[in-house]
Amino acid sequence: MTLAKAITTGLDKILESNDRAILMGEDIGRLGGVYRITDGLIDKYGAHRVIDSPLGEAGIVGGAVGMALRGISPLVEIQFDGFVFPAFSQITTQLAKMHARSEGRLTVPVVIRIPYGGGIGSIEHHSESPEALFVHTAGLRVITPSNAHDAYWMIQQAAACQDPVIYLEPKRRYWLKGEVDTETPALDAFKAQVVRPGDDATIVAYGPLVPIALAAAEAAREDGRSVEVIDLRSLSPIDFDTITESVQKTGRLIVTHEAPTFGGIGGEIAARITERAFLSLEAPVLRVGGFHMPYPISKVESQYLPDIDKLLEALDRSFAY
Amino acid sequence: MSRAANEATDQGLVQILTPEGQRLPNQMYDAYLGDVDDDMLRGFYRDMALTRRFDQEATALQRQGQLCLWVPLRGQEAAQIGSGRATRPSDYIFPTYREHGVALTRNVSFSEMLRLFRGISGGGWDPRENNFHMYTMVLAAQMPHASGYGMAINLDQHGWDEAKRAAEGDAVVAYFGDGSSTEGETHEAMVFANSFNAPVVFFCQNNQWAISVPFDVQSKVDLVHRAAGYGMPGIQVDGNDVLAVLAATRWALEHARSGKGPVLIEAMTYRLGAHTTADDPTKYRMSEDELAWAPKDPLIRLETYLRENKIVDEAFFAQLATDGDEMAAKVRKDAMAFPVPPLAKSFEQVYAEAHPLIQEELAWHLEYEAGFADESGVGEK
Repeated sequence: MTLAKAITTGLDKILESNDRAILMGEDIGRLGGVYRITDGLIDKYGAHRVIDSPLGEAGIVGGAVGMALRGISPLVEIQFDGFVFPAFSQITTQLAKMHARSEGRLTVPVVIRIPYGGGIGSIEHHSESPEALFVHTAGLRVITPSNAHDAYWMIQQAAACQDPVIYLEPKRRYWLKGEVDTETPALDAFKAQVVRPGDDATIVAYGPLVPIALAAAEAAREDGRSVEVIDLRSLSPIDFDTITESVQKTGRLIVTHEAPTFGGIGGEIAARITERAFLSLEAPVLRVGGFHMPYPISKVESQYLPDIDKLLEALDRSFAY
Repeated sequence: MSRAANEATDQGLVQILTPEGQRLPNQMYDAYLGDVDDDMLRGFYRDMALTRRFDQEATALQRQGQLCLWVPLRGQEAAQIGSGRATRPSDYIFPTYREHGVALTRNVSFSEMLRLFRGISGGGWDPRENNFHMYTMVLAAQMPHASGYGMAINLDQHGWDEAKRAAEGDAVVAYFGDGSSTEGETHEAMVFANSFNAPVVFFCQNNQWAISVPFDVQSKVDLVHRAAGYGMPGIQVDGNDVLAVLAATRWALEHARSGKGPVLIEAMTYRLGAHTTADDPTKYRMSEDELAWAPKDPLIRLETYLRENKIVDEAFFAQLATDGDEMAAKVRKDAMAFPVPPLAKSFEQVYAEAHPLIQEELAWHLEYEAGFADESGVGEK
């Protein structure tokens, strides 16, 4: 099934198994969401559990916080990455801090689903990757699937988690098909996964760039380079153990994300891996990310986004050391 | 809006007890004061006087360097006691950071309330114990929480009829001020609550000043007029009149609880003191303004009424003063005795579930601090 359908199926499973779970967001009821992720769920569970909200992101997230304080498990949808900011105060000053402020007494297990990333030829504010802002905020967990199987399981793991979880959906991969094993329990949502083993270099990617990292690894094989690819899956916490183990084997690391390189997650991974595996590194950790600019106009976004060639160029630089 | 709702809106300023301490009859709201006997009246005065005494002690503690900050409420006691006493224990309250009087009505201990301001807790009390939420410092951030909580009540009471809701249902009170009425989250919260008929009473204490900015900068019209724009009843009440506030809030809670949707109350009051202990009102407002409000003090008018109707005697006031001093002494003693939790404790409270980064940083922190163990040991000898 497609990654989109896998999320829908996961949400259905959540609503079915937990009658205290609800969905809320703009256009998620009758329309099924602008990406149809919640398609059909209002008919199955009713408008009181699949709630078409008024148009207000702070109201959606703040409302979800209030619901959670009464024991409801809300999963809310923000329509697009660039529209999360009206809710930013609620997410960072309220949702993220409630457990700590209450000295651990209150939990607010809210899940915020956000389609994110570019490559869809859209207009401004529809292609952004704001993950670093949430990763920087203690109290939040941030995860992102790259394939249908993970999408199905990780949304359910997010719903089961007692902490607030930002669930980032790689929107340009919504139609990516993959096998979903609904029987086998998934890997821990907060662990990374080696999706292609290799010996000479490691590429860490997540969400929309995992298929690109895999394609780059395949292209590098033709040059005689064996590249390991890690799907990070969880951006907060980050599974540094899996990356460290890989780098101790390969000696080279490239981190890639669509978000701007400056101040991004790649920098944090580079610093931590340098501390943990300094003596194993054959070259500095390199980053392949977006430029320090607002997400560009769509006609030139291909020059902005990390792609196979940029990853191969980074591999060349790494091996040249 | 129902006819009753329109009546609520059309009343003008609801006042039961004049600043001179005269009780006025009120066709609509007297029905909500039927149970108010002499004991209750004495109780309201006692609540207000103890709250003021607590406020005075906390202000002194801050001045003596024992609190990081204090947020005085002097002048707003009637708005808080009257509204707080209208709630049921099962109702949930979202305060701002100045609702010390409401806290008293919810049985939150005054001592516990100082933990936040003493700098030893980010919250202070257990919100679940008395359904009194933690203070919210980010202006109006609690407003959408209240609407969401009200929507959750509707989910829990899905299928209940009006009578069952009125008898057994819960409601929410969201406190805010004239300053935070401007925040976008106040607007969104009111839209959400109205669209989903959430049982929320939005209780505004219009104390005329948002730190240094007067009310007419926040709004060209009284806030009560905004209620109609959202489709809910609005009540403007004399916020320094504990009986009017009690009656209006009881009406509003009954309306909300029974499933008819939210209500906005604008309680007209005045912050007699500073915004916080870090504030200096002499820089922005004329003392004439304060002098004009001083005679409208909520305690004075109830005292006049109680004395003129022989509901209290001198012994009542003497006892109250003694009780107040004892309470203040206990609060002071408790505040000074609060243990300071180690920073290590804070690591445990960031996430509800295990988190590798937290564990890693905690381990580092403990090891680092342990390196000073010998030095502190020497110092103790």
